[in-house]
Amino acid sequence: MKSQISTNIKQKIVVVGNGMVGHHFVEQLSDNNMFDITVLSAESRLAYDRVHLSEYFGGKTAEDLALTTPENYESLGVNFQLNAKVTNIDKSAKFVTTESGDTYTYDKLILATGSFPFVPPIPGKERDHCLVYRTIDDLDAIQASANKGKVGVVVGGGLLGLEAANALKQLGLETHVVEFAPQLMGVQLDKAGGQLLRSMIEDLGVTVHTEKATKIIVDGQTSVHRMEFADGSHLETDLILFSAGIRPYDNLAREFDLALGERGGIVVDNSCKTSDENIYAIGECALWNNFIYGLVAPGYNMAKAAASHISGGDLQFTGADMSTKLKLMGVEVGSIGDAHAKTPGAQCYTYENQPDNIYKKIVVSQDGKTLLGAVLVGDTSEYDSLLQYALNGIELPESPDALILPSSSGEKPTLGVDALPDSATICSCLNVTKGDIIAAIDCGAIDVGEVKSSTKASTGCGGCTALLKNVTDNELAKRGVEVSTDICQHFAYSRIELFHIIKAEKIKTFADLIAKHGNEHAKLGCEICKPAVGSILSSVWNDYILQNDHLPLQDTNDAYLGNMQKDGTYSVVPRMPGGEVTPDKLIVIGEIAKEYNLYTKITGGQRIDLFGARIDQLPPIWERLIAAGMETGHAYGKSLRTVKSCVGSTWCRYGVQDSMSMAIFLENRYKGLRSPHKIKFAVSGCTRECAEAQSKDIGIIATENGWNLYVSGNGGMKPRHGDLFATDLDDETLVKYIDRYLMFYVRTADRLQRTSVWLESLEGGLSYMQSVVIDDHLKVCDELEKQMADVVATYQCEWKTTVESPEQLKRFRQFVNSADSDKNIEFVTEREQIRPARDEEKNYQGQVIHSLDITNAGITSLSITEKA
Amino acid sequence: MNVEKQWQTICHKDDLVTHAGVCALLKNEQQIALFKINDDEVYAISNWDPAGNANVLYRGIIGDNKGDFFVASPLYKQRFLLNSGKCLDDETLAVNNYDTRIYEEQVQVLVA
Repeated sequence: MKSQISTNIKQKIVVVGNGMVGHHFVEQLSDNNMFDITVLSAESRLAYDRVHLSEYFGGKTAEDLALTTPENYESLGVNFQLNAKVTNIDKSAKFVTTESGDTYTYDKLILATGSFPFVPPIPGKERDHCLVYRTIDDLDAIQASANKGKVGVVVGGGLLGLEAANALKQLGLETHVVEFAPQLMGVQLDKAGGQLLRSMIEDLGVTVHTEKATKIIVDGQTSVHRMEFADGSHLETDLILFSAGIRPYDNLAREFDLALGERGGIVVDNSCKTSDENIYAIGECALWNNFIYGLVAPGYNMAKAAASHISGGDLQFTGADMSTKLKLMGVEVGSIGDAHAKTPGAQCYTYENQPDNIYKKIVVSQDGKTLLGAVLVGDTSEYDSLLQYALNGIELPESPDALILPSSSGEKPTLGVDALPDSATICSCLNVTKGDIIAAIDCGAIDVGEVKSSTKASTGCGGCTALLKNVTDNELAKRGVEVSTDICQHFAYSRIELFHIIKAEKIKTFADLIAKHGNEHAKLGCEICKPAVGSILSSVWNDYILQNDHLPLQDTNDAYLGNMQKDGTYSVVPRMPGGEVTPDKLIVIGEIAKEYNLYTKITGGQRIDLFGARIDQLPPIWERLIAAGMETGHAYGKSLRTVKSCVGSTWCRYGVQDSMSMAIFLENRYKGLRSPHKIKFAVSGCTRECAEAQSKDIGIIATENGWNLYVSGNGGMKPRHGDLFATDLDDETLVKYIDRYLMFYVRTADRLQRTSVWLESLEGGLSYMQSVVIDDHLKVCDELEKQMADVVATYQCEWKTTVESPEQLKRFRQFVNSADSDKNIEFVTEREQIRPARDEEKNYQGQVIHSLDITNAGITSLSITEKA
Repeated sequence: MNVEKQWQTICHKDDLVTHAGVCALLKNEQQIALFKINDDEVYAISNWDPAGNANVLYRGIIGDNKGDFFVASPLYKQRFLLNSGKCLDDETLAVNNYDTRIYEEQVQVLVA
């Protein structure tokens, strides 16, 4: 047994438990050097992010989820012991003992032992493949179990249970949720909200069973287990996950005589101090005001209060708001305050939209003046402003229902940010108030970026970005600071204004533009204005983008006509209009990929991407592709990418138009058009929509009578269904409308603004664009069409021009003074193809790289790869 | 120990590209990125991008910020000052920088 004797004057702090809250406490206290901190964790790893645990099955590793590292703790001067379960507290001598017999003396002891999943007392709950969902070790056990089974059941339909169900679904199991209560998420949602959530989750393939009490778990007939329910029914499954609530891990307090709540939990005061002067409890093991907070944000606030008290501060924990907004399997759910309208006299307004799966309810006080609570399912866009009303007691508008009604049914009252008190929390992740933002502005922050970096607001989940901008802009405006729409410090113009200047004054080069219209001290421009102007010059004049004047404007992908990858190599994408390719061309691509040892993958846009080409290999690769009749795919450009297509009426039994020919025609028409952002098209040959046209910037769906045109759809980060713009168009009208729509976008969008965001930002939105494009409301259609015709007529394959120019070819080399290649670029083999070597796989001196050739999950073999 | 710095000849001045970068290999195998602002003004910094961990800085866009020239990394856009190697966006990052001169039409950098 070793023991530690205090030899210095620093206060000794021992923290039991290293979950998110325990770690947050350590972070708070390690800031100042006055404490000697020791962390004792029963787990085998340091703190990690339990909130995003389900992402472990989405590809995140334990390292990705880690909140800290041994090196980090060492650099903070924090001692820590893993696998060190505390079994004894001696309150009078002030030391704790771990399972292995080590003792640690303390001046202050912090219990951050968290909680454990409650497993209902069902006979059979101890069987194999009956698991819980709480730690990374649990996830490993779930994964192992899931590999052997087909069906998984989650017991518990609360927030955590649905997270767990999502995890089982990600593991490919047929997933069921069994809930004792009549509805899902009974704590946060009302009956109608729970019902909608249920139907949306069932649409995603998860079966929900409510009002089911499990009586016993026995051997199954077709699966591992059979769950028998009180109502006589049963369910067969291979894996059972219990997620029926949490219980505080308060056994230490129980054994060593700290005050506990009637139903468990370590009783704490506003400083998070327990009944012992020198012991604190924080997080899910602590009971404050007879309540256990099962969320991380209140836990963090407890950690702050305890840390403050120990350092002599006066920060207190005075309860927390339990409102939540989250996405469950892609379904947006929000709950604020008194969601069940339990306050006497409370009145409700509800809005239900069955076709779009939206349900919203607000609960207001008897006098209709304050918001008490809300339930949002399917659309949580109003959550932030509703929360501000509720938390700050802001007086509601005359018809509170307008807050949740769709904006088309009248002007939506906007919550003036002026109405918010200084104490209003703007960013709940980092706990930044409106007052903090004002303080940052008073200290000299002059834009959102600076407010963000000094307050850290909006650096957590990012959900408050719009509100933060609103508050910041409003405060700046009050101080007489004009909120700038200038593109950057070099031009006092927005992109749209620059577009008009370039066109009206027939400016052809960046040098000319910056000399005539740049700010006083502007010299070269910057990474913001240069590519933006490069794109405008190209949209208007369509010159070769690598000619001397234009080359310095291009982002690296455009400058080298390829997509730069993380190791500095490029990927190569030849154009395949409509995804159509001949066997001969495929063979050439295969031969090139083989000769240059390129990683080969099919893209989402129905073409082929070849990865791992060094800069000096690009020209010879393109010479071969061009000789075989191919041309650049502009995969590197802010320009038209692909026109995805199905085979349509040429092959398909259901096709009603020749979508293939239309896709190829459109791709060839708009290829090379430089625009504010990339543009994707798709053409479907019938209403079955196999080309997924409604998720594209321009989507076309064949009808018996012609074509339906959809605009401004988007996949990616913020998916948006395209809006139906016009129906049953003939070929000629279709192309005319697309010409006008695209060119208007190119003219008026902001830099890096996709068509989806652009359309939503236009006042009048879709109907405005219909009046511009269809009715020629602005009398610009002739000009738009003419400009598009010019771009189409001046198309060139940039790679063809490049490989024909000896001067250009000189740029495609790593070194100006050597024929060597970059030695940092190294590959290893995985699934029979190359991939970039990770740091630990790199070998600068030797000629061979040893690497794991992962051919099958779970089966690894060692292979030796010749260095490329 | 102080190592005497020496001028190392890199390439002909016409090998540089105005307002853009090229990369060169020093005798000690280090990679440097060379940027030409005009005939009299050439900057050299290390070509290694410490944020992206790749030899790519010469392919970045150059620009000016409050009178100083910088290159923005083509990978994650951090801006490095050409005259000092300091990073404008993350004070924990920096790259080496080198003195340069044009000597009898050749570009030279001062190397330890």
